[in-house]
Amino acid sequence: MTTPRFVTWEPTVGQSIIDEFKAKPGALLPLLHAIQDRFSYIPEEAVALIAASLKLSRAEVHGVISFYHHFRTKQPGRHVVEVCRAEACQALGSRSLEAHAKSTLEVQYHQTTSDYNITLEPVYCLGNCSCGPSVRVGDEIYADVDNQRFDELINSLKTERLEVQ
Amino acid sequence: MVQRIYIPSDTTAKALGADRLAKLINIMASEQGVELDIKRNGTRALYWLEPLIEVDTTQGRFGFGPVKEADLESLFAAKFWQGDVEHPLALGLVDDIEYLKKQQRLTFARIGEIDPLSLGDYQTLDGFKGLKKALKMDPQALVDQVKESGLRGRGGAAFPTGIKWQTVLNAPAEQKYIVCNADEGDSGTFADRLVMECDPFMLIEGMIIAGLAVGATQGYIYLRSEYPLAYKTLNQAIALAYANNLLGSSIQGSEKHFDLEVRLGAGAYICGEETSLLESLEGKRGLVRAKPPLPAIVGLFGQPTVVNNVLSLAAVPFILDQGAKAYADCGMGRSRGTLPFQLAGNVKRGGLVELAFGPKLSELMFDFGGGTRNGRPLRAVQVGGPLGAYLPESQWDTQLDYEAFAKEGAVLGHGGVVMFDDTVDMSEQARFSMEFCVAESCGKCTPCRIGSTRGVEVIDRIRSGENVDSNIELLTDLCETMVDGSLCAMGGMTPFPVQSAMTHFREDFVKNASSATNTEEV
Repeated sequence: MTTPRFVTWEPTVGQSIIDEFKAKPGALLPLLHAIQDRFSYIPEEAVALIAASLKLSRAEVHGVISFYHHFRTKQPGRHVVEVCRAEACQALGSRSLEAHAKSTLEVQYHQTTSDYNITLEPVYCLGNCSCGPSVRVGDEIYADVDNQRFDELINSLKTERLEVQ
Repeated sequence: MVQRIYIPSDTTAKALGADRLAKLINIMASEQGVELDIKRNGTRALYWLEPLIEVDTTQGRFGFGPVKEADLESLFAAKFWQGDVEHPLALGLVDDIEYLKKQQRLTFARIGEIDPLSLGDYQTLDGFKGLKKALKMDPQALVDQVKESGLRGRGGAAFPTGIKWQTVLNAPAEQKYIVCNADEGDSGTFADRLVMECDPFMLIEGMIIAGLAVGATQGYIYLRSEYPLAYKTLNQAIALAYANNLLGSSIQGSEKHFDLEVRLGAGAYICGEETSLLESLEGKRGLVRAKPPLPAIVGLFGQPTVVNNVLSLAAVPFILDQGAKAYADCGMGRSRGTLPFQLAGNVKRGGLVELAFGPKLSELMFDFGGGTRNGRPLRAVQVGGPLGAYLPESQWDTQLDYEAFAKEGAVLGHGGVVMFDDTVDMSEQARFSMEFCVAESCGKCTPCRIGSTRGVEVIDRIRSGENVDSNIELLTDLCETMVDGSLCAMGGMTPFPVQSAMTHFREDFVKNASSATNTEEV
């Protein structure tokens, strides 16, 4: 989750990930994580392959994906920015931070900016509760995020150079 | 002479810039020809002082904090690596910091002192002593030790750990499991995270001992996906434990066997509920199971399973090493041992405070916490996570003890204390509690699934001043239905913060009553 990437879905790669995990007891969650880590979301085509390999119905696989907030079925922006909404951050002003985030990015939660750069997501606690408000971008967590720091963070994400693969 | 310094590396220290500091200090030291051996410790969890840089000296460790990038120049000018030097950020000996000195760190004795991934550090400070003893004991004797310690589940429910272990030990089965509940979803809590990021071998040791005690050979740590650093650290620690014959077959030359794996959750708060967690581990939707059967009898994959919180398992090595009595000697009433409290939210000195049960909540919030961060008057405190009650000033003298809190209609839970100043709108907090339940309910029970949605609507009507009295009556009724009619704590306890807000902060609910037109229709 640390680097922005645009790996397009490839059935053979997907199947090899599935094969790697399918023999584990309770394989579905680790498998879905691996697919999403690779492709940044869980494509519709993957669901059919997973269902066939784990001997589940597609409805069952879909049921699991839709139960968990972490899994997504649409490609997100280059960066997923998660703003903590939980009580400890509320006590330090996260409500105004979320309003600010939505208005500056011009998106609501679960939406992606028009330049496909940032997807905004809510998160319920990052365990950084003495130094909130907290924000997570990829695997990095940021403390004491006020509106200004949020803007700086977003700017740094905008100006990051993309490596051509 | 090479001077050893410590720079913390837990999530909060990193979030405050510790990694960048480490990089800059390294560069500046080589530029200035100072030989520094930079070691990354976990954190002392004195968060208002983070990043807290420590310098090793013959007298002990001297601390400097909170260090910002801009302070480095003056720190170098003061030759901070000598330890006892004059500097505005100098804190003196870290062990003498009052906040730390007044604590009784049994479980968190090593935290911040050691490199989390150094087996040598861990062993030097009593690590694996409990396991060594446990390998020579028979299972019943192990379970008895935990029973005698009086340890109760630290995840929130406070069920006696020894009794749970006994049930699993007594259940005949080919395969049994130890499952560590590391789905620390309560806002205001981070003690589990600290164990995993700063002293992971302690958890591993506790899980192996649990396996020996009940006859389980496979363990899983179910970790929330919101903790990426803990995931990385745990996996590294487990790999090291395997490489050093602490996990796998014939542990330390014995005939004992224990395998351990970390599994990631996927952002579902409900999976902290033990039966939902088991469903999730099995690769399913995290729907809560009806009990009985208890997980201790029919648990993971239908087998007898110990499901314990991180802190419960982390307390076990101490109990085995120092003896059950040493642990049970701390505490009050039926709450034995220590609870790591976590001071969070609007608090001046946030962090981890491990104390024997018994002191008053106010001592924790003021003597340790120092009141609010912004200096405004404290108004409400939520203890025990999003399902815990909000306590008004009249309840701040409650003793920190499971039973004392229960008597006040509150819960200690996982020990999270979230402080709010006088700008908080308690009807907004009550609304959030219901909204959170809408987002996180597994959907199995109607009172939780539908009740929470209706709860948000009713609170919205109250907040807008619409038929306030009758809507408050309706909300009261709805809360009772949720408490009585839900299968698990999600629906059953979501009303606690709502009811406590309504009872103790009623003025926040009725403030718009006169401004809107009240057309009572019953």
